[in-house]
Amino acid sequence: MYILYIYSRSEVTVLEIFISNTSDQPIYEQICAQIKAHILSGKLREGDPLPSIRNLARDLRISVITTKRAYDELEHQGYIHTVPAKGCFVAKQNSELIKENYLKQIEEHLQQISELAKLCGLTNDDLIEMLRVLNQENL
Amino acid sequence: MTAIEIKNLTKRYKDFTLDNINLTLPTGCVMGLIGENGAGKTTTIKLISGLTAPDSGEIFVLGQNNKKNFKQVKEDIGVVLDEAYFPEAISAKQVSNIMKNTFRNWDETAFFSYLEKLSLPPKKAFKDFSRGMKMKLSIAVALSHNAKLLILDEPTSGLDPVVRDEILDIFFDFIKDEQHAILISSHIVSDLEKLCDYIAFLHKGKLLICEEKDKLLEQHAILKCRKEDLDNLPSGVVKGCRNGEYGTEALVRREAVPAGFKLERATIEDIFLYSVKSAKEGKA
Repeated sequence: MYILYIYSRSEVTVLEIFISNTSDQPIYEQICAQIKAHILSGKLREGDPLPSIRNLARDLRISVITTKRAYDELEHQGYIHTVPAKGCFVAKQNSELIKENYLKQIEEHLQQISELAKLCGLTNDDLIEMLRVLNQENL
Repeated sequence: MTAIEIKNLTKRYKDFTLDNINLTLPTGCVMGLIGENGAGKTTTIKLISGLTAPDSGEIFVLGQNNKKNFKQVKEDIGVVLDEAYFPEAISAKQVSNIMKNTFRNWDETAFFSYLEKLSLPPKKAFKDFSRGMKMKLSIAVALSHNAKLLILDEPTSGLDPVVRDEILDIFFDFIKDEQHAILISSHIVSDLEKLCDYIAFLHKGKLLICEEKDKLLEQHAILKCRKEDLDNLPSGVVKGCRNGEYGTEALVRREAVPAGFKLERATIEDIFLYSVKSAKEGKA
């Protein structure tokens, strides 16, 4: 399932949200994660209006409370803010916060890498060499 | 504001008792009423819409007592029963003329636009309607007098998936207004799983569970394991199980299961089936 949203900024932005009913991830987390990704990638910028809770629920064909929970979560984490009687808007993004967020993700991946490396007996130097080669290829 | 508030509702029939029901549905929300045949869904709906009187207890609809202010309450709710009861010979257009004199707020334009949307012929006699068309007509009537609360008894049973989908769409549209609310009973649980904010399980006249749908889904999980493993779990974790020759499937409280067990997502249907099963076995 997907939806399209067109925002009236200087240009038209298309925002897509996919909901999987079979995924293990609760629906509100799916919405949260995808809106967050749009914000972090810069597709949604500070001050952009988000669809109203009831419109989003209707378009995604999910219940209102589920959608509200997703927005509450986003607001709690500082990604959006609510203006009474106006709706929800993307909040001013704290670059430190975003960086912190990425750092946390990197740490989690590194954790996995270090476990995998232990399993197949790779040394730290091997890992560093791998990363160097990868980065060179990407350049 | 609450759309429906039911306090200590009891209704006795010769062979059936609706036993001390307490329920609250906030406006802007949808509640799904799930139960077996004969669990008391229709009785509850008839009591709310004032078609029968309770033995004890009170019902408030949109803040008004449904007995004392029956005239006003009647305007505010749109009721769809499992069968549409219109005279056989009249057409949809004539239904509109009757309703014009029944409801103060009858909205003819809205009614005809619903007819068009649901591809119902305005001039065909009611007796020549198919089951799906009859249901769609009742829904069109219920939606066309500016009702704030929709009460629907099995609106999607016996209908094909395409029509069911159209009808669900109408409900999703209706609930976009936060002054509105829907109480819907069904045993097609998958329909309810999409639409509802709250789920209430009825079993033999008793309310087993009334909870936010997301919470229900979050709190429960399906565990598939060997019988011995299940017996070793602390008491209170397992809410119902089915023993097979090759393994056991159980509904469990997600947070209470020790780490290391592989849990699967429970659906509303799973939760309902296991709750009823354990209520039958007298464990609930």
